[in-house]
Amino acid sequence: MRVCVVGCGAVGSLFAAHLATLDDVEVWAYDLSREHVDAINRDGLRLIGAGEVLSRPRATADVGELPPSDFGIVATKSMHTDAAVAATAHVFADGCVATVQNGIGNEEVIARHVARVIRGTTFPAGKLAAPGVVQWDVKGDTTLGPFEPRPAPAAAVERLADACTRGGMPTTAVEDARGPQWRKVIFNAATNPLGALTGLTHGRVCEQPALRALASQLVDEGKAVATAQGITLDSDPEELIDYAARPEVAYGHKASMLQDVEARRRTEVDYLNGGIVEFGRRHGVATPINESIWALVKGVEASWEQ
Amino acid sequence: MTRVCVVGAGVIGSLYAAHLSRVAEVSALTRRDEHARALREHGLRVSGRGDFTAQLDASTSPDDLPVPDLAIIACKGTDLADVGVRLEGRWPEATMLTVQNGIGADEIVGAHGPWRQLTAVTFMSGTRHSDTEVEYVLDTATWIGPARGTTAADAEAAAELIASSGLKAEAFADLRPAQWSKLIFNATVNTVAALTGLPHDAHFAELERPTDLGHLVKALIDEGKAVAAAAGVRLGDDPWEMNVLATRRGSRHYPSMLEDVEAHRRTEIDLITGALVREAKRMDVPVPLHETMQRLIKAKEASWQ
Repeated sequence: MRVCVVGCGAVGSLFAAHLATLDDVEVWAYDLSREHVDAINRDGLRLIGAGEVLSRPRATADVGELPPSDFGIVATKSMHTDAAVAATAHVFADGCVATVQNGIGNEEVIARHVARVIRGTTFPAGKLAAPGVVQWDVKGDTTLGPFEPRPAPAAAVERLADACTRGGMPTTAVEDARGPQWRKVIFNAATNPLGALTGLTHGRVCEQPALRALASQLVDEGKAVATAQGITLDSDPEELIDYAARPEVAYGHKASMLQDVEARRRTEVDYLNGGIVEFGRRHGVATPINESIWALVKGVEASWEQ
Repeated sequence: MTRVCVVGAGVIGSLYAAHLSRVAEVSALTRRDEHARALREHGLRVSGRGDFTAQLDASTSPDDLPVPDLAIIACKGTDLADVGVRLEGRWPEATMLTVQNGIGADEIVGAHGPWRQLTAVTFMSGTRHSDTEVEYVLDTATWIGPARGTTAADAEAAAELIASSGLKAEAFADLRPAQWSKLIFNATVNTVAALTGLPHDAHFAELERPTDLGHLVKALIDEGKAVAAAAGVRLGDDPWEMNVLATRRGSRHYPSMLEDVEAHRRTEIDLITGALVREAKRMDVPVPLHETMQRLIKAKEASWQ
């Protein structure tokens, strides 16, 4: 079986490196960073931190080199989904494409270009340490399920989940993957922008009672939007927030959105709070606090263009 | 001659004290001993738009000062309650004029004694160079209106006294419309600027796309208007129109709260947004967006403490 990872940043590299340890899987990593691609082809792809892996996926920055593949795993930042999938869609003419990206709305974008789509949510995280080297920070599970409007067959979802699990990324195939996805989106939308707007780490956001209460307001709006769509969350995002605030988990972790803001990079707020607002509108659920937070983070982005 | 005591000799207090000393018998009640001593020994110099040195009495104890007819409470909003405590039981015949940003300053002071009160907003500004020198920068007006136990005529008398000293002042039969318009405008523009890093520019009035910042600005202003309506206040200038006009001038003004945040200083959030939220609670009007802004600014302050 052949898998092409589209966007080989931290999360994409976790999948590519693990899958490439399997004899029965041929892995291609597509990424626009020449340095990263060249390093992978020269020295292999190395994971350090939570686990040590060194494997040899084929890497390229040229879509013309990609062979037809059974599976795609899209792991770009959400704002690059459309361009990345448009460029690679021909590779998946007979295949299925999964997203393991943050936020909501990525499946809809992918489905504009490919016929069989897999909804996915992943919790592992890391950061690019150097070209060809990824610091693996957080272990965690991945859930895959068919994207309802343009579903991949259940057998295909199971086949990909099985390969990921065997490669060392524990993955479950489910019928309805929306529960885990919305739990993660609600968690991210309730915590990431608060860190980004205040400069506080996750643990410190949770220590301020008024700010923690604000996170709960954001969670409640997100839950209402999930409920209106008939989605049952697989667990309460509130628990995840408190769990992550523990010193041994992510107390001192700067949310990726705070890292983006400090580096003046465009954030994923459109797919987090923006996604909750958009789906809320479609289902008649008011989300005023998420809307305000979305506007503030967009304002922060606008301030860099001064 | 009218006796005036200026309570709190920061920039605004110093400007009142120095100018009024030309037409009234002025004293200053300060927080620090060395400040009072310096004022007694060296007087108070005004530079910038003025160029003179005023002689005045000063002390850290109200009992050392002549009983005033008019006390101008010009301390920081955060010090109002302390000032009220220090003046408890004193100067029963005096009229207390509060000039702080936001609303509710007169009530904080009024809780400590049965004085007659006037309320004001001031738009003048200056720069403090030392305990005994203040530069007069913007010669914009002080607006004065009646509060507890006073009438429009009392406000007019105070405005006339201040105007006769060389500062600008105007009396209003009801100051609340102007005060509330300024409060709603400030609570909105200051917090949005401080959280986004944007100066008060065209973004604040944009409404075309759903993510445009103008929607948040408008929603915050609408919450403020609902509180004003519940409090029975008819607004002066429309805060949204004030916002649009200010952004059209193209000055890209840096609101003070944005400057405070960039300098990692404590902001005036409790006096501005805090005052609006307190009023909203009292009127039982929900203001979730202003509460959100207040929480975020407080947390931002915590990030550098």
